Amino acid sequence: MAVIKTENLSYVYGEGTPFRKIAVDNVNIEIEEGEFVGVIGHTGSGKSTLIQHFNGLLRPTSGKVFVDGEELWKDKSKLRALRFKVGLVFQYPEYQLFEETVYKDIAFGPTNMGLSRDEIDRRVRETARMVGLSPSLLEKSPFDLSGGQKRRVAIAGVMAMEPKVLILDEPASGLDPKGREQILGLIRDYHKTTRNTILLISHSMEDVAKHSSKILVMNNAQVFCYDTPQRVFHRANELEQMGLAVPQITRVFNRLKARGISIDEDVYTVDFGRKLLLERLKKE
Amino acid sequence: MIKDITIGQFFPGKSPVHRMDPRVKIVLTMVFIIMLFVADKIWGLLIGIAFTVFAYAISRIPGKMILKCLKPIVPIIIFTAVLNLFFIRTGKKLFEAGFILITDDGVNTAVFMVVRIICLIVGTSLLTYTTSPIDLTDAIERLLSPLKLIKVPVHELAMMMTIALRFIPTLIEETDKIMSAQKARGADMETGSIVKRARALVPVLIPLFVSSFRRAEELALAMECRCYHGGEGRTRMKQLKVSCVDFVAVAVTVVFFAGIIVINHLV
Ligand SMILES: Nc1ncnc2c1ncn2[C@@H]1O[C@H](COP(=O)(O)OP(=O)(O)OP(=O)(O)O)[C@@H](O)[C@H]1O
Ligand SMILES: [Mg+2]
Repeated sequence: MAVIKTENLSYVYGEGTPFRKIAVDNVNIEIEEGEFVGVIGHTGSGKSTLIQHFNGLLRPTSGKVFVDGEELWKDKSKLRALRFKVGLVFQYPEYQLFEETVYKDIAFGPTNMGLSRDEIDRRVRETARMVGLSPSLLEKSPFDLSGGQKRRVAIAGVMAMEPKVLILDEPASGLDPKGREQILGLIRDYHKTTRNTILLISHSMEDVAKHSSKILVMNNAQVFCYDTPQRVFHRANELEQMGLAVPQITRVFNRLKARGISIDEDVYTVDFGRKLLLERLKKE
Repeated sequence: MIKDITIGQFFPGKSPVHRMDPRVKIVLTMVFIIMLFVADKIWGLLIGIAFTVFAYAISRIPGKMILKCLKPIVPIIIFTAVLNLFFIRTGKKLFEAGFILITDDGVNTAVFMVVRIICLIVGTSLLTYTTSPIDLTDAIERLLSPLKLIKVPVHELAMMMTIALRFIPTLIEETDKIMSAQKARGADMETGSIVKRARALVPVLIPLFVSSFRRAEELALAMECRCYHGGEGRTRMKQLKVSCVDFVAVAVTVVFFAGIIVINHLV
């Protein structure tokens, strides 16, 4: 069964004002459990707006959203419980930190869930370890940390709620390459250990190609396609037309193909490309 | 939601009202307020209402916006009405029960005050609907510039106001974002007692303060980098100009005002 499903979902900002803007237009998708979904799309294509519907932060202008088969907004009192199922990490989440200590900040979500003190303690320590925060940092003020560390605290704060679906809006933006790699690595590890569904918004095709099992492409408020990376990057021309790139390695291989070298498969990760090349070289 | 706040909400357009010089608009708005209080007969007030409706019609601001700007003052309106209704004891008796006494004078004054307040709010809102905040503070600075002679820091005050106005939407947006983020972590801001709700605001206010201070620092730095050093000798890119529309507007207002005065004396 799909964990997240939308039916003709549309959302309009500023209805009835001159600033009216359709941000999500008639979206129908079904996201299966355990999937690692990369969400891509040009700036302003409605990615952030779309994902905020998945845990009931935005109410659809029209259409429906189902989480775990249950319709959101049907019973408003259940909304809060549903938010614990779908964890959402906003873009630049470090600006939401507020507690005196890192520990308390990570514990904010689990405390709101009404968990026991022992359980909260276990979750805080476990997620802190998972995101690579050393135990000594837990008693520090979150405002004294570096940007990258703050980001981890914020992500841990959502992970600690152990949501069935974890959505991250550009979690690596504004970090250096090493920081990016670490953040994405910890998300992948989290996915591997928990097998929870992940939705990852990113502007980096390389990141998306490397980690996702499915890719959701948004274009002008609509879903352009939702498919495996292979099939998505196969449509390189269309992607480029809407201002998106394909991973560099895919471009390299597409050029090779254009030069008449026969390569049967679509390559979108460096590892796979290397394997393919090595095999070919061995044969020749 | 928090986005319903309309103070300083500019509704762009190209109507004659939008094209007026903001200085003239401010002065005429003040004249309008005086007009409302000069009108002490029901016919005079009707002229005030007509003026408001007329101004809205030519500015092409949707009627929905009128309701929107009235929403926050509903309690004040009710309070005024009740106060006048029950505490004015002169005039003919209309209804009496125990200590409650309602007289025709009371009813009249109540209706009068309510209509006056509504006109006042709706009319002055038109100013902010049709004038961008920046134009508005520009105009205020100009109108107040004579006060510079008595050492009032007009430019600095106007600059502070410009900055404050400029950051209201940013702040609202930021508040919304932080609230969403905390709600996503299960913060409950919609239910519970007042004390509980006030406490639930802490996770919103702290990040908001932190980012406001950061933003203030950044802005100060950015201004210094562009050699901002106060109002002395500063020229403007956009000069305010009084044009045809303004003369017409002044003329129309004068006619309405004259109408009210005449009616006050005749009826
Ligand atoms: N609070 C808002 N009020 C009005 N319009 C908005 C608001 N938030 C977003 N929009 C508009 O909705 C559209 C979609 O925005 P959204 O933030 O979902 O895009 P996005 O795909 O996340 O872009 P990015 O990659 O830049 O984050 C944009 O055109 C944007 O201008
Ligand atoms: Mg976004």
